[in-house]
Amino acid sequence: MADVKTINLTIEGRPVAVAEGTSILEAARTAGVLIPHYCYHPALPVAGVCRMCLVEVEKAPKLAPACATSVAEGQVVHVHSEKAREARKGVLEMLLINHPLDCPICDQAGECELQDYTFQEGRKDSRYKEPKRFNPMEDFGGDVVYVPNRCILCTRCVRYMDDVAQDPVLNVSERGDRAYIGKFEGKDLTHPWAGNVVDLCPVGALLSKDFLNKARAWELDRTASICPNCTQGCNAIIETRDNVVVRMRPRGNPDVNEFFLCDTGRLDYRWMNGPNRLELPAVRNGTVLVDADWDVALGAAATVLRGKRALVLASPMLSNEALHLLSRVVKATGGTGAFRVARGPEAPLPGVKDLALRSERAANVVGAEKLGFTKTDTPLAGMRDGDVLLIVNHALTEAEIATANRASAVVFVGTTLPAGLTNVAAVLPITNFAEEEGTFTNLRGRVQRFLQAKAAPGLARPSWFVLADLLASLGETTNYFVPSEVFAALAASHPEFAGLSYDALGLRGLPVVGAAQPAGAPS
Amino acid sequence: MGYPHAPHARETVVLSKYFGDSEATTLDGWRKRGGYVALEKALGMTPAEIVGIVKDSGLRGRGGAGFPTGMKWSFMKPGDGKPHYLCCNADESEPGTFKDREIMRWTPHALIEGCAIGAYAIGAETAYIYIRGEFTEPLQRMEAAVREARAAGVIGPNAMGTGKRVDVWVHKGAGAYICGEETALMNSLEGRRGNPRIKPPFPAVAGVFGQPTTINNVETLAAVPHILNNGAEWYKKFARPDNPKSTGTKLWSVCGNVARPGNYEVVMGFPFKDFLYDLCGGPLPGRKFKAVIPGGSSVPIMNMEEAEAAVMDYEGMVAKGSMLGSAGCIVIDDAQCMVKQIARLARFYAHESCAQCTQCREGTAWTTKIMERIEAGEGSMDDLDTLLEIGDSMTGKTICVLSDSCAVPVVSGIQKWRHEFEAHINGKRCPFRAAAAA
Repeated sequence: MADVKTINLTIEGRPVAVAEGTSILEAARTAGVLIPHYCYHPALPVAGVCRMCLVEVEKAPKLAPACATSVAEGQVVHVHSEKAREARKGVLEMLLINHPLDCPICDQAGECELQDYTFQEGRKDSRYKEPKRFNPMEDFGGDVVYVPNRCILCTRCVRYMDDVAQDPVLNVSERGDRAYIGKFEGKDLTHPWAGNVVDLCPVGALLSKDFLNKARAWELDRTASICPNCTQGCNAIIETRDNVVVRMRPRGNPDVNEFFLCDTGRLDYRWMNGPNRLELPAVRNGTVLVDADWDVALGAAATVLRGKRALVLASPMLSNEALHLLSRVVKATGGTGAFRVARGPEAPLPGVKDLALRSERAANVVGAEKLGFTKTDTPLAGMRDGDVLLIVNHALTEAEIATANRASAVVFVGTTLPAGLTNVAAVLPITNFAEEEGTFTNLRGRVQRFLQAKAAPGLARPSWFVLADLLASLGETTNYFVPSEVFAALAASHPEFAGLSYDALGLRGLPVVGAAQPAGAPS
Repeated sequence: MGYPHAPHARETVVLSKYFGDSEATTLDGWRKRGGYVALEKALGMTPAEIVGIVKDSGLRGRGGAGFPTGMKWSFMKPGDGKPHYLCCNADESEPGTFKDREIMRWTPHALIEGCAIGAYAIGAETAYIYIRGEFTEPLQRMEAAVREARAAGVIGPNAMGTGKRVDVWVHKGAGAYICGEETALMNSLEGRRGNPRIKPPFPAVAGVFGQPTTINNVETLAAVPHILNNGAEWYKKFARPDNPKSTGTKLWSVCGNVARPGNYEVVMGFPFKDFLYDLCGGPLPGRKFKAVIPGGSSVPIMNMEEAEAAVMDYEGMVAKGSMLGSAGCIVIDDAQCMVKQIARLARFYAHESCAQCTQCREGTAWTTKIMERIEAGEGSMDDLDTLLEIGDSMTGKTICVLSDSCAVPVVSGIQKWRHEFEAHINGKRCPFRAAAAA
């Protein structure tokens, strides 16, 4: 890296120093100057076709496409000069002449780059007097519909499918103003990562069927999160409307998932809004469970656990913080901890190094293992007579429920009580992943934070909070008010996590000590 | 000889000498006429010597841009360890141009010889001749000639028995105007959609299959054997004494409202007025010339004042506000409606736009719709301003110049024949159509 030449130039009056070979568009970005663009995307090969990023370079005879022009020493670039603005205005007018201008019924409205730039620097009126071109909507398969009338033919989707998904399904069909995005005969957007074309589309031409007509973009609350659906740990944004998760989208992280999220991840969010949630703590009274105060329920749980060996079933969807506290419960009772993880077929995204929908379909398998829990297909195999079963949101098969009913008692900490458990002494309702804050450790040992996206139902409390209270009820010392304090305690007691903190993790995460660094990442 | 008519006395017949001579299409016939002497000579020289002679001759690209051929060849760095390629652009898709077609129909071996010399000069072992999809007969002639030349060992792994490999392959396009643009041609040749590529990288750095490539027009390459046979000094003599920048003979295709349409070969610097009135026989009886598009449909339209004062070389045409281009000369007389003619040109570009760049994809079609509306008598005066402003948006802002080429006739048309546009708008009908009906 050291021998790459640095180029000095001026963009909008600001001095910029970037590596040789950088495009003017990327150089401007480092200087905080956004050059409007449509076809350019940092994860895709440069096409240079939308002509929106034309900038004025002093001493150059013509306007230069910023995405396809490399920086040169001493260059002086004007993004907002009269000439550049006029060129963009011309492009915007051309992009709109055949556009239906149907923002009021378009899902993209509010997050549409065509809308944004037109408001910013487009013409107020149109001089186009001719009939508009019309093409019907088309189902592209998978989760994608195509609205050709809104398409600006930036070809991001075509390049993504060709070069990143490496499953050439899309093309530019026809020529001139008859051109549209076509789908090869007999092919559909069924690639496990095809849904990314919806995010890549800068306008409302490629839309998610799942999200179609569900919400307006400006009604959504957005939360930085981690996709919990496999061990990859793709950075994601959870979007909620009125406390309901309505969409999951990728959040860029060059060390994990670039800009992408697989279809399984993006579409598997409904459980976060799931019904049948436990809202109140409960304790056993004879043959029935009755609602109780938190103190009463925690006391009941502590009573059955005290003096017994606890077999802890910990969900691999729990945060590092919850798992750390749970590992202390295991230790305090002299018990053991185990978990089972659901599996599915692995589905890589070929164009991005080390990115796949992983076969282990839970967020924190590695975290659970690092914190002392045993991954096994038979997590109840170690149950001995007299053991108390502490189930923390772990799924149970029917056979396992029968086994669980032979335990001396069951303490259930979770979001939904499975049917058929007959000896539950106490029920402690917790929030699900979208309702709390915490960290996961992905399969490469990267610790990443997720934030709370929606409110908890009823009296449910965050998992780390409930487990800290349970520890306290067992007479252990706990003194945690926020999850970052739990994480600090975890980092202090586990050498692999040494030096990590919420502040240091930020929103991109950091690897645990000894984890393999992704290639090319700064150390 | 001559085709379709005997050469005019004032023509200088070099490339077109055997047009109409069917014996010249065969290998034996071509050898009898001095063919492949230049190739034999070239293979005995160093590539640098050949490039030097072509540079000295002043030969410039005959496809439209007029780039000096020797200089283009010198961009190909010998010994860079990469395979080099020569592409012959035989797409000849520029409206009004039909000179390369005749070279391939009558003297296919002249092109093969030019390709073989050119390939050797740039360090390439392979030359591709990319022929336009609609050129059925030229394709057959070229394929037959290449087969013959290969069978006789003129080209191939041991070209002319010199141990040097020079292969020539004929590739048929599928019929798209844009595939005459050199980078689109390369995409098409590779089996991709014929879309122009962003430059840089230029073909000499990364062309066909990502390797250093030179692209030359048919007429350019066909001239090379003559230059090697007769020397650079001989070629340089075909020029205006005051303009050494344009040398050699040039084939001109003439079509439209003219008494004797066809191909003509004249020296650089020939007076355009003499050419139109003497060689081409002037206007049809009872008509007068109104406009000339001298270099294929992509160059500015000349009025007769400009045309009659112009001389026929690269600089001469620029001096009178147009360009030599591909030398496809479209003549328009006073019975024609300029609005209709320009609308037809715009429709062509709208049909052929590859759809990559926004301004071209949308602008060519929009221009066409406005032009056709004006021609139909439904235009308004603000349409003219709109056309000029769209023309500005379409000029100098796209990957290739198809968009510019659509704007050029519209803008020059409105500038020079604004009264005809206004007559359509004010009279709410095409005055020429009305005159014909009356």
